[in-house]
Amino acid sequence: MWNWIQRFSSPKHFYGMSAPLIKWFSIGALLIGLYGLYLGLFVAPTDYQQGESYRIIFIHVPAAWMSLFVYMVMAISSGIGIIWQIRLADMVAAASAPIGASFAFLALVTGSLWGKPMWGAYWVWDARLTSELILLFLYLGYMALQSAIEDQRSADKASGLLAIVGVVNIPIIHYSVEWWNTLHQGATIAKFDKPSMHIDMLIPLLLMAVAFKLFYAAVVLVRTRNEALYRDRNRRWVRELIERL
Amino acid sequence: MNWSEFFHMGGYAFFVWTSYALTFAVIVANIIFPIIQRKKVIARIKRAIKREQIELDKESA
Repeated sequence: MWNWIQRFSSPKHFYGMSAPLIKWFSIGALLIGLYGLYLGLFVAPTDYQQGESYRIIFIHVPAAWMSLFVYMVMAISSGIGIIWQIRLADMVAAASAPIGASFAFLALVTGSLWGKPMWGAYWVWDARLTSELILLFLYLGYMALQSAIEDQRSADKASGLLAIVGVVNIPIIHYSVEWWNTLHQGATIAKFDKPSMHIDMLIPLLLMAVAFKLFYAAVVLVRTRNEALYRDRNRRWVRELIERL
Repeated sequence: MNWSEFFHMGGYAFFVWTSYALTFAVIVANIIFPIIQRKKVIARIKRAIKREQIELDKESA
């Protein structure tokens, strides 16, 4: 079992098998994303309270979900890297940070553009917004630690610990709309009873969420391959690979 | 529904289309930056290989 993990998590093995996956994830993200956009912008009915402005939901909510999902990937792979010293896990964590940061940024900005017409303000220090802003800062802190520490192993340990400690923020973001009286609306999907959303709005939202996830999968693979090449730059498999390019 | 109505977004055009444009920009950035990064890493390793080759040639000369 252990040998099996060691072999399949070797950067060399990963590099070889990730190429076709990138292609399929990209094609999937593109097709599902375009179909989701079509349903979201053309087919989904107008909201009776928010008019057409609610169509921001089809990018805002998937971006916000992904900012949480990518953070968990980053924290879990940092943990795997620290505990079992699997180098590929550290590479995945480092590759995830800039993507997650971009999703958190997108969630904040699209939320702000949705808040202005609905709440009358681009920004309020509401619990949901503030905790999401902290998430963006956690991503930026991770990236800053990665680039500030010269020695790669120390960099992975320090930034990984920050990522793991920062997990405390994840349930705060999720439950912020219940724990505090927020301006931000409550959950419409992740509830145990029926989602309080029209099916014609729900389907494009879920499609967009799948498209975002596939997009992340493709980009994180490309970035992890870059990390593998860079970190193994003095090893034979990289040298042989580069000489063949 | 006609196109001008579609682009008008019931009066929320600025907010809706700015959101979608920013999303597009973030997606494009997420595609382009890793490709640039890959080219840089490969160029750097190629330079290192060349440098080492020159060192080796000097030693043998």
